[in-house]
Amino acid sequence: MRKIVALSVAVLLVTWLLIVGLDAAHVMPVEASTQAVSVDWMWKLMEIVMSFLTALILVPMFYSLVVFRRRKGETGEGVHVDGNTKLELIWTAIPLVAVVVFAILGGGNLADVLRQDPNAMVVKVTGHQWSWKFEYPADPETGLTVVSDELHLPVGQQVLLLMTSSDVIHSFWVPEFRLKQDLVPGRFTKLTITPSEVGNYAVRCAELCGTSHAYMENPVVVSTRDDYSAWLSSKIQEAKVAATDPVGFGEILVKQNGCVACHSITGAAGIGPTWLNLFGATVKLSDGTTVTADQAYLTESIKDPQAKIVASFTTQMPTYGFTDDQIAALVAYIETLK
Amino acid sequence: MKHNPLRNAFVFLLAFGAVGYGAGLGIDRFVTGDFHFSGAVAAAFALLFSVAAFFFGLYGYRGVTRGLTFQVVGMFAGALFVTLIRTLMGLKAFDAFLFSEPAWVFGGLVGAIAFLFGVGVVSDWMKWARGIDTPEHHEDEPGWRKFFGVSLDHKVIGIQYTVTALFLISVGGLFALIFRTELAESQLQFLTENLRLFDQSGPQLYNTLMSLHGMIMIVSILLGIAGIMNYAVPMLIGARDMAFPRLNAFAYWLSVPAIMLLLMSLVLGGFDTGWTGYPPLSARAPVGMQMFFLGVFVAGWSSILGGLNVIATTLRMRAKGMSPFRLPILVWSALAASIIQLTATQLIGLSFQLVMFQRLFDMGFFDPAKGGNPVLFQHLFWFYSHPVVYVFVLPGLGVISELLPVFARKPLFGYRWVALSSLGIATVGSIVWAHHMFASGMNEYLRVPFMYSTMLVAVPTGVKFFSWVATLWGGKIETPTPMLFVLGSIVVFLFGGVTGPPNAMVALNLHLHDTYWVVGHFHDTIFGGFVFPFFAALYYWFPKATGRRMNEFWGKVHFWLMTPSFLVLTFGMMFIGLRGMRRRIVDYDPAQGFDHAQLILTICAFLIAISILIFLINFFRSIKHGEVATGNVWKSRSPEWQVPSPMPAHNYDVPFEVVGEPYDYGLAGSKYIEFAADGAGKKH
Repeated sequence: MRKIVALSVAVLLVTWLLIVGLDAAHVMPVEASTQAVSVDWMWKLMEIVMSFLTALILVPMFYSLVVFRRRKGETGEGVHVDGNTKLELIWTAIPLVAVVVFAILGGGNLADVLRQDPNAMVVKVTGHQWSWKFEYPADPETGLTVVSDELHLPVGQQVLLLMTSSDVIHSFWVPEFRLKQDLVPGRFTKLTITPSEVGNYAVRCAELCGTSHAYMENPVVVSTRDDYSAWLSSKIQEAKVAATDPVGFGEILVKQNGCVACHSITGAAGIGPTWLNLFGATVKLSDGTTVTADQAYLTESIKDPQAKIVASFTTQMPTYGFTDDQIAALVAYIETLK
Repeated sequence: MKHNPLRNAFVFLLAFGAVGYGAGLGIDRFVTGDFHFSGAVAAAFALLFSVAAFFFGLYGYRGVTRGLTFQVVGMFAGALFVTLIRTLMGLKAFDAFLFSEPAWVFGGLVGAIAFLFGVGVVSDWMKWARGIDTPEHHEDEPGWRKFFGVSLDHKVIGIQYTVTALFLISVGGLFALIFRTELAESQLQFLTENLRLFDQSGPQLYNTLMSLHGMIMIVSILLGIAGIMNYAVPMLIGARDMAFPRLNAFAYWLSVPAIMLLLMSLVLGGFDTGWTGYPPLSARAPVGMQMFFLGVFVAGWSSILGGLNVIATTLRMRAKGMSPFRLPILVWSALAASIIQLTATQLIGLSFQLVMFQRLFDMGFFDPAKGGNPVLFQHLFWFYSHPVVYVFVLPGLGVISELLPVFARKPLFGYRWVALSSLGIATVGSIVWAHHMFASGMNEYLRVPFMYSTMLVAVPTGVKFFSWVATLWGGKIETPTPMLFVLGSIVVFLFGGVTGPPNAMVALNLHLHDTYWVVGHFHDTIFGGFVFPFFAALYYWFPKATGRRMNEFWGKVHFWLMTPSFLVLTFGMMFIGLRGMRRRIVDYDPAQGFDHAQLILTICAFLIAISILIFLINFFRSIKHGEVATGNVWKSRSPEWQVPSPMPAHNYDVPFEVVGEPYDYGLAGSKYIEFAADGAGKKH
């Protein structure tokens, strides 16, 4: 009996030490959303569970290894005990009860992070190889829609992300917001986030999506309501100007669609050919022929990327469904890159 | 042969590797008009030629060499056949990797079937089909040579499985070291954009190696547990062999062409989906994807047939008096694992086959543009791929329960509970698959029942842990190398176990999913549930198979080097995972501050590799030079240790009868088995 009491004390002591250690290690990133608070509450609970279970097994195990080890010159066998039904029933029943308790807690916790505000701001998110595109609600005055490759959010306002993918499966994850949701082609998935800390974060694709999966990271900016409004109106202004100047419009389209994830504008190597000094240059194709990179060639390559593949490039570029005006703007922009 | 066969083998490997490389280069030049020195075609030829030549040098033109030759010829014949038909139909005959994708797939399939004919594992069946009788047993070649041809002896097949598994573990580990080295620092160091190997850039090659690390390790684990089950189960239950010896050999030899196909996927452009092969990404990847699907498909057949055999053997061939609750405990877990293998493996084969057909025949099963559903694939895939982790760990947990009483010198605590908990884990484990899909976009409410069922796994698993601790309590614990690995298993599997519940809680899972936390968690479960017990089993049964024991000192060095390195590795993974390190990325944002942690992880990976190297040297040296050990080395009560080692060809010369409980250590005068007096009822 004394042994059992001593062991119980040791188990509790080790549990406490493990919890303190895990707490001190600060394993979770900054809490930047109200959902993160709920998730971290569950994590704290799990720290206790993990610490207790570890201690519960390891303490008596190491105790046995020391106390019941065969000492030098010792002969004979261990005590002949082959089971105890009462004990087995106890250590089946208690975990069963614990599972029911945690099922209830886990369900409630899930409901907390899914709770939707009917006035949530809706942002449409499109993932594609290998960038993100965010479409904001239309400006009530001009009717213009802001599209950006950056996610800007006002603090304290719930946002409903309505997400889809134009090619393969991606996954939206801002570690500081905690929650994760896949983007599936052919359907919309939802994620609600209520940012709670002003700051700069990044959305990082969490579902393997091909060659440049690691670099599918775009900025996420949580700002005050005023800063957010200022950013939005500057974007609307930009869109107005762009409508009149094809080069500027092309530059905005390039940013919105994350083209530079593959095509550098600096001459650096990438997944796709660089655009620097591309216009008018002679391009060697994979079938051995050459072609001049003129308006017709560039238009074709954007519309039907597989029609002509540049030599030594293997990755397939997706089609983006640009309008003729947009393609003309893109080509006009590429032409300026000298 | 005058020279040392192993030296011959390597000479042939190099020579024919060079010949294959030259041939591939030339043919590629002929078709495309360009030399591709690091291209896929030259590499594929070099791979096929060198592997077949290696075994030719080692063993001559029979058995495995003949099989591989048939596979190479079959592959090219099949591919040329499709190419010819495509030419006649006016379709594009040749493609980036010489043959078109349908030609490679058909060639791969024909090659795998041709292998089975070449190696000779179907010849008895073919003879029977023609009405020709064959002897019940075939005499095996003497010495090491019997392992390179078809043998029907379960012990030979068990060793074939085991050594193949060790080879594959080394290959998978090597892949891990390559990408682990790249990950030691942020930014790309050698797997860069400018690299071109097998027609892949650095990041593409990373994706291929990372994906193959996963699947090669999975196949190696399936082979490893098949090795343990094949070798041990018939001996433990007193059978002369498995129920279907020819099917047993057939199942083993299926795995060899499967491995060749998996290796082909590396050189034929690779693939970038991870081992999970989710469409639409897998519907777009290079030809390597198809070789991967085909390889898994063939390996799956091996696993299904192996499981069938273990079940039939356990149900029908037990010694007299061996009632269900007097079975050696390992047999219970082998049975539970085999039931999963037999019933769930079809689903991964099916899901991969559907993607294969989507690519080949434009059937839009998972293509949203054609009304397909990518999430459906994930359900089909995980319906096997979750239960299969219990196939990996159940035999390992069985090894722990089997060996613990031997070294604690005490009965297994709560035998019936431990036995039934294996079936409990197998049952609950088959209704938890969608917990891999909490973030997938499946129906939101479906996540809740899967959270419940997932947590339920903790109950039978807990029974095992408590019973193990209670077995140790009050024992006279000895700690030779096998016991060290058993204890290591319990500790490592415990860490894998306790890090499970956080994944089950849906909201928290949405943070943990697809991060290094999960990578750390499952490496703990697989090492604790398979790798450590596998080593324990190897050290433990090595004397039974060879009549010699492995070096104890180097065994302990292996353990004490591997265990701490491994724990630091997985704890480090979990830590950076919580902080935001995603899975399956070739590079990470330096701003996240993971550089130091990643460097430590890489160092740990290399320490583990060194310990495995020590093990391999010890293993192969001890076959010839180990200390002679023909008796009951571990003072075990188990039947196989009551006869001298190595075990004779048809196991027990005199059949035994079960007269007591298997683990009654410490009960004076008790006996588990008794051999029939005066050889009465002697077999033959």
